[in-house]
Amino acid sequence: METSEIVWEIKKDSIRKMIQSGKRSDGRALDEYRKMEFLENYIPKAQGSCLVKIGDTQVLVGIKMDVGTPYADSSDRGNLSTSCELVPLASPDFNAGPPGEESIETARVVDRGIRESKMIDLEKLCITEGEKVWTVLVDIHVLDHDGNLIDAASIASVKALLNAYLPKMEDGKVLYTERGEKLSVREKPVSSTFASIGGKNLLDPSYEEEMVMDCKFIIVTTEDGNICAMQKSGSGPYNRRDIEEMVETAIRRGKEVRKQF
Amino acid sequence: MELIKNGKRIDGRKFDELRPIKIDVGVLKRADGSCFMEWGKNKVLAAVYGPRECFPKHTQNSYKAKLTYRYNMAPFSVDDRKRPGPDRRSTEISKVSREALEKVIFLEYFPRTAINVFVEVLQADAGTRCVALTAASIALADAGIPMRDVIVACAAGKVEDEIVLDLCQEEDNFGSADLPIAISPRTGQIHLMQMDGILNEKEFKKAFDMATKGCLEVHEMQKKALRDKYEKIGEVYGNE
Repeated sequence: METSEIVWEIKKDSIRKMIQSGKRSDGRALDEYRKMEFLENYIPKAQGSCLVKIGDTQVLVGIKMDVGTPYADSSDRGNLSTSCELVPLASPDFNAGPPGEESIETARVVDRGIRESKMIDLEKLCITEGEKVWTVLVDIHVLDHDGNLIDAASIASVKALLNAYLPKMEDGKVLYTERGEKLSVREKPVSSTFASIGGKNLLDPSYEEEMVMDCKFIIVTTEDGNICAMQKSGSGPYNRRDIEEMVETAIRRGKEVRKQF
Repeated sequence: MELIKNGKRIDGRKFDELRPIKIDVGVLKRADGSCFMEWGKNKVLAAVYGPRECFPKHTQNSYKAKLTYRYNMAPFSVDDRKRPGPDRRSTEISKVSREALEKVIFLEYFPRTAINVFVEVLQADAGTRCVALTAASIALADAGIPMRDVIVACAAGKVEDEIVLDLCQEEDNFGSADLPIAISPRTGQIHLMQMDGILNEKEFKKAFDMATKGCLEVHEMQKKALRDKYEKIGEVYGNE
């Protein structure tokens, strides 16, 4: 083992031991979220955007609208497509290249929250039935990885969609640089991530905590206090009681977070 | 589409009734362990290779076996042709399924090796990830790989305001929520959980209960299928 590996093993041990006694390495309570900051309309060239910071984690989301053809099973509805890039500048662990499991999972869980909560009124994005519809492209760009990427990506996407608009359309031609009507949005899904470490469930894990966690659990809730998406990620098991407690916390937190919108 | 009529589901099932399930163990000659499962109209084949040499070498772990899990849908398995090869959906399913198995298998018994699980969905009819994982854990047992438990997966969901067990294709397409889980029947611990659609807290708990019961029911069939195979082998040797 190299020295750095040994140091890391010792650190891992001490983080886990602290959590056993109810303390986190950054002094937070187990259910305490880091400070969130939002910079809306950060990229004016996008049709909607938001830079979110959760502690030192930074995620930028840009929305682009494009005209495309509808899918055969949804000829009267627009499309939603979510992608995530873990760009190499965000972490020494990220490499350039095609999307891996982590980025695919992040994009798909964020997508599920938006889609299943019916946040976007996709029927309003139909231009000509069966021929032309708007496609909403949500691009998640991770800039600095200090843990809890899914929550950061989710809230950045929701915020960006809330301020998004469609490009202007004149005589069937799209003027991409001109502002048309606002995107029709009717829900605000909020994602909450918990890391499981030695049987304790920590809200909003930092990068260090994610390194020592057994697994994590993501719950997305809607304004009515319903659950619209869930995902267990990582290889440790959960007891039923843990999951029910996390669901309760996520619903309560969703209500608080939505006040900041 | 009317999915529930006179308290019965579109395919005539009760709310808490599973689709018919058939399990065959050890169906592939070359694999170390295998299982063919028919669950409703789903047809899924699972194979296990290993513990065997781990390639490429730099991916091996000095402390435990490396587990891989490949969920793959055949191009002809769904109504429209599916483009062959991995896509985002299958990558995600493979990831969460592998993670569901990682803490169940005694990977630490086989350092520097690989255990590879391959699942082919030959025909899909909703709930394929559950069928795949249930079949995979039988194939692992068939391969003689030491495990803490034979895990089992099953889904519950919501169809027209009713919580129902084991959604079929129509219910999956037009229903309002789907909750696939995988549990360890011995401890009741949850190894996989995903959810999409809308459920309130009460409905979630009900669906969770129902899926758990479904899992336990399928687990009895898993055990029987494994026992049947080895009883047959026992008979052959007994007659000699």
